[in-house]
Amino acid sequence: MKSAVIVFPGLNRDRDMIAALTKISGTAPAVVWHQDADIPDVDLVVIPGGFSYGDYLRCGAIAARSPIMDKVRERAARGVKVLGVCNGFQILIEAGLLPGALMRNTSLKFVCREVKLEVTNADTAFTRGYSNGQIIRCPVAHHDGNYFADAETIARIEGNGQVAFRYAEGTNPNGSINDIAGILNDSKNVLGLMPHPENLIEAAHGGTDGRALFAGLLDKVA
Amino acid sequence: MKARVTVTLKAGVLDPQGQAIEGSLKSLGFSGVGAVRQGKVFDLALEGTDEAAARSQITDMCERLLANTVIENYAIEISN
Repeated sequence: MKSAVIVFPGLNRDRDMIAALTKISGTAPAVVWHQDADIPDVDLVVIPGGFSYGDYLRCGAIAARSPIMDKVRERAARGVKVLGVCNGFQILIEAGLLPGALMRNTSLKFVCREVKLEVTNADTAFTRGYSNGQIIRCPVAHHDGNYFADAETIARIEGNGQVAFRYAEGTNPNGSINDIAGILNDSKNVLGLMPHPENLIEAAHGGTDGRALFAGLLDKVA
Repeated sequence: MKARVTVTLKAGVLDPQGQAIEGSLKSLGFSGVGAVRQGKVFDLALEGTDEAAARSQITDMCERLLANTVIENYAIEISN
């Protein structure tokens, strides 16, 4: 299993993501700086969380327009798995790889806490380590995670099984429509989610509920 | 030439920042404020004198970067 982590200036969860991928797959991911010309030949491309370009203009907007994202788009079109977490989700949305928009939390507050997630579609490469309807714990830390899309788009992604995770048990931290926490593209090889599964993968984290996302994915793409 | 681009949230898109500003205006005693919607303004200094070409270029800028057209509208004003 080969993976690559894309790093933009201002990200701060890249080391957590690299550690999680290394621990779970046994192989360190390639680290791709945003100015690198290309992405190595990998099975999984990950864009981690943080505050790329200081969240200037809109969260993820500047990173989404950088040339390396054309390479991510090419890989996604070829069926390579692409995962975006938190700011990485915002970048995938701004790049048009996922539908909708992520807006300021309705509370206007930065929210850093644990939430409950319901696995809404376990029949994907990313979620196959879980079962449908399973409730898992996961940390969130964001200011702009309020998922929004027009009614037509929401109906389409709901009908097409593109909602991978929903905030469960009244823990929606940001006001997102239909409690949406993570969505897939139409062909289900691109996943973006606001919560941080990479931060709940070993006992020292206080839980391991995030591990199955990576473990299932690594199995699948190995 | 100069251009001003105004980016606003589309109707129907929740604007919690606008709501917070509205609440603050009310708490300052300003009455008669129905609703507040906030947005962004970009002032661009442009080379050249062809207004139509500038408008076309700025429209492209708005579509590709300045606005997120999933949730935002934009308006362009050009002056000399």
